[in-house]
Order: sequence, then C-alpha cells, then structure tokens
Amino acid sequence: MIPNKNEMIAAYEARHGKELQKKLSAATVAVCGLGGLGSNISIALSRAGIGKLILIDFDKVDISNLHRQQYKANQIGLPKTEALSCNLSEIAPYTVVETHCVKITEENAVDLLSGADIICEAFDNPQAKAMLANTVLEKLPGKFYVGASGMAGIGSTNEIKTKRLSKFFYLCGDGVSEVGKSEGLFAARVMACAAHQAHTVIRILAGQYDV
Amino acid sequence: MVIINGEKVNADGITVEQYIKSSDYNTAFIAVELNEDIVSKANYASTVLKDGDVLEVVNFVGGG
Repeated sequence: MIPNKNEMIAAYEARHGKELQKKLSAATVAVCGLGGLGSNISIALSRAGIGKLILIDFDKVDISNLHRQQYKANQIGLPKTEALSCNLSEIAPYTVVETHCVKITEENAVDLLSGADIICEAFDNPQAKAMLANTVLEKLPGKFYVGASGMAGIGSTNEIKTKRLSKFFYLCGDGVSEVGKSEGLFAARVMACAAHQAHTVIRILAGQYDV
Repeated sequence: MVIINGEKVNADGITVEQYIKSSDYNTAFIAVELNEDIVSKANYASTVLKDGDVLEVVNFVGGG
C-alpha cells in the first residue's frame, strides 16, 4: 500500500525537522546527465523529499550502465529520463519530476535550467562538464552549481571531497581520477561522489554553505 | 604574486590566456575563476593578472 502525500511528508518531517523539510519540499533541483552520478543524485534527493527534480539526458539505458547506474536489466533500451522517473516514482511518489530527453548545449542550457534553484552537473564527458560550468556561471548568476570531476578508478573514497570554489560554485570528486586512465568506474566510488553532490544540495538548502 | 589553485605564482602582468597556454591546459576542458568570478573564454586574452589576484583553473576530467 502506497502512503498518501500527508503520510510521506510527516515521515520526512519526523526525520529532517519541519522547518528544513519545508525548504526541501519547496526546492527545484536540476540534474544534468543521468548516468552513474545523476541517477544516484536523483535517488538521494527524491528520498530526501526534494519537491521537484528536473532530469535531463539524451541517452538510453545500456548494458554497460548497469554496473553503476540506478537502472534495472529490464530497462535496457529505455530513455534514461523515462527509466529514472519510473524508478523515482516507486521510491518517492510525490516528488514532481520534469524530464527532458535532450542533449544540453550552450544554446539550450539557460531555457532548460532557469527554473532550478540548484543545478547538479553529472556528465561523464569533460568537455560537457566545462561547457556547463562556464555557461551556468556566466549566464545564470545566482544559481548554485554543484559539479563533479574525478571519481574513476579504485582509489580510496576518502580522496573524494567537496570544494567550494566560489560563492555559488561547488565541485565534488578527487579532481584527477579520469576514466580511461585508470581501472574504469566503480559503483561505490561514483556513488560516493554523487552522495557528496546530493548532500551539498541539501546543505545549501539548509543554509549551510561551508564545506 | 598571484595565488593560482592555492599556490603563489609569479604571474603578475600576464594574461589568463598566456598562463593557460604556458601551463598546458586545454581550454575545452576548463573553467576559470578570477577572484571568485567566472572569466568568460572570450575574455581570457584581455584579462591581465595582477598582484594579489586569486585565480582558480578547474580542469575537468572524464567520468560520471
């Protein structure tokens, strides 16, 4: 039996406190890229009772994703936006989910992201990471931006850190472990970085801006 | 002296573009903040570093 909305809110409030939960419920967070980082960030944020998620990815679920991304074997071939919003609806049925099955570019980023309070960058391609950081910080001043760089390989999860580079710009990861130059991506290490990003979002919403 | 990625560097008087080129960064993979403000790629060549500036060059690596 699925709990009703009031029961879910009461359960969130019992754990997060009424005041903080109000802020989490009122927030809109965009997740750019729904791979190992983005699928895990989305699940953590929906479990925390974030009011609305904007999920953006152009890709489909592939067998090569299943070792670290929050999809199921029976979802191979589905657009990630569709598969993830389905999985989120089972976890947190009252989180509002807006999906865009498109590639984010310099040209469409402002339109896609202007409704978000906080933007999480969760791409795998370093060029796309740099493009989005530059575009958001230049064209959407005042939005909090939580990016990621360096979470590949089998190195210690203790190397994964959150840095606050400037007032609105946070960066999670070890900064150096690049896919292709190490052993590949491991679910738990990618999840550790995604957890840094998701928790940074929650701390920002709680007014805890330091790292 | 300019503080670049947390370290003191003698880069007074050179431009952001000159620093990036001399340090072998690929501009496609970076974001640059000067005194906590993003520097647009179009302004790398015209932005001159001066004593006391704090420069952060973020070099993104692949994986996600």
